[in-house]
Amino acid sequence: MNSYYDDQNSRLLDIEIGLLLEGVYQKYGYDFREYSKAHVRRRVLSRLKISGIETVIGLLDRLLRDADFFRGFLNDLSINVTEMFRDPEFYRSFRENVIPKLRTYTFIKIWHAGCSTGEEVYSLAILLQEEGLLDRCQVYATDFNGKVLDIAREAVYQKSEIEQYEQNYRQAGGTRKLSDYYQSLYGSVMFKKELSARIVFADHNLVTDSVFAEVNLILCRNVLIYFEKDLQNKVLGLFHESLTPAGVLCLGSKESIRFSKYEDRFTAIDEKQRIFKKRLI
Amino acid sequence: MNYQAVVIGTSFGGLDALRTILPQLGESFPVPVIVVLHIGDRNIDSFISHLNGSCSLTVKEAEMNEPARPGFVYFAPPNYHLLIENNFCFSLSADEKLNFSRPSIDVLFESAAWVYKQALIGVILTGANSDGADGLKVVKQLGGTTLVQNPCTALAPVMPRFALTLARPDFRINLERVAPKLIELTSQ
Repeated sequence: MNSYYDDQNSRLLDIEIGLLLEGVYQKYGYDFREYSKAHVRRRVLSRLKISGIETVIGLLDRLLRDADFFRGFLNDLSINVTEMFRDPEFYRSFRENVIPKLRTYTFIKIWHAGCSTGEEVYSLAILLQEEGLLDRCQVYATDFNGKVLDIAREAVYQKSEIEQYEQNYRQAGGTRKLSDYYQSLYGSVMFKKELSARIVFADHNLVTDSVFAEVNLILCRNVLIYFEKDLQNKVLGLFHESLTPAGVLCLGSKESIRFSKYEDRFTAIDEKQRIFKKRLI
Repeated sequence: MNYQAVVIGTSFGGLDALRTILPQLGESFPVPVIVVLHIGDRNIDSFISHLNGSCSLTVKEAEMNEPARPGFVYFAPPNYHLLIENNFCFSLSADEKLNFSRPSIDVLFESAAWVYKQALIGVILTGANSDGADGLKVVKQLGGTTLVQNPCTALAPVMPRFALTLARPDFRINLERVAPKLIELTSQ
C-alpha cells in the first residue's frame, strides 16, 4: 500500500482523487467523475505505484502537463477485459430468444456499446452469420478509447487465447468450428474480413456523448458495473432513447435495471441472462 | 470500537470453515459479513442455500448497488471482483484476475478498508494461495482489526501463513474461536 495515505492521511486520498478527476475532465474532456469510486481508487493507487509518484496531486500535476502520460492513464481507467463468447449461456439464450425477433426485421441496426478490443463484437457477428442475418445488419461498435478501437479494427488476437474461445464458442451453441472464421499467422489469429464488413467501429463516450442512431438491439455488457448509480440511470436513459419500440437491451450477467429509474420501461426476455425488451409505452 | 463490517477471505477448505463459523453468528449479529470464497467459475447458489438452512443470518450473493446491511452474509459472485463504495453499497468489477483469482480477496479487503477504516474486521481463513495478505495488511494500516486462522489448524495453511507474515494481524486463532471472537469484538 501507498505509505503516504496511511491512517492519518487516508481521508485525503478521496479528496485528491476528486480533484484529479475534475482536472482530467477540464483538461482532456474525459469524464470519470461518476465512475465507481472504489474502482477509480484502485486504478489510481496502482498507477501511483507503477510510476513511482507519491501523491495523487503529484499524479494530477503530471497528467495535466504530459498528454502521453495521460494516454496511459486513460487506458488504466478504461475496461479492457473481454473474451470471445464470454458467458456462453448468454449467447445460447440470445440465439433462442433474440434471433427470432431479429428475423422479423428487413434491416437490423445494432449498437455494441463499450466494445473494447472487439472480441465480443466478432462473437456477435459470427452468431449473426450462422443465423443467416449478418448481411441484413449494420453494427455500430463503440468505445471511448481509441487505442482499443484500433485493435478491434485489426481483428488480430493472441493464439494463446483461442483454445478458451473455442470452448466458449461450442458452449455458446456454435454450429461450425471457430477456426472457420480466422486465419492463423504465427502466434496470432486474424478474423476474416467477411465478419467485419457490416461493422463500423467508432469513437463514442457513454458519459459525455448522446444518441447517435435509432437501433433495434443494444449490447452493453459489463460496463454499467463501473458507474455510479446516477450515471447508470443516465446511460440506461440513453439506451432507452436509442432503441426502437420493442428493441432489445442486453446487459452483463450481474447488471440489473432493477431499482433503476428505467425499471418499468423494460420487460425481461430472459431475466437470468439480463436480456430486456423496451416496453411499447 | 463500533465496528461496521466484517470481511472474510478464504479458498481451499473454505466451504467447511464457513460452515463452522457462519451458523454461530446469531440473527442479532450487529454488522454485515462480506465473504470472498475462491470457488472457480462454479456458481455458489447451492452452497448459499445450504448455508441458509443452517444460519440465522440471511446468506446471499452481493448485487450491484445493493447496500451492505446487518443481518446478512454476502458472497462475491463467481467471476466478479466485489468492492464496497463510499455509500456502503456493493459494486462489481470484471477486471483482470488478481493473484489468479476473481473474485480476489485483496480487492474486497482494500476497498472495504478505505471505506470502513478502523470500523472494519478482516479475517483470513484456510486457503492454498497468497490472495488476501496484501488486503489484510491494508485493513491493518488503515486502523482495522485483523484476524488470521492459525495455519497449524487450517486445512490449507498457505493463505493464513502469507497473511501472518505480511500483515502481522492482531489475532491468530483456531477455527472454532473465530465466531466467538467476532461476537466478542462487535458486542463491545
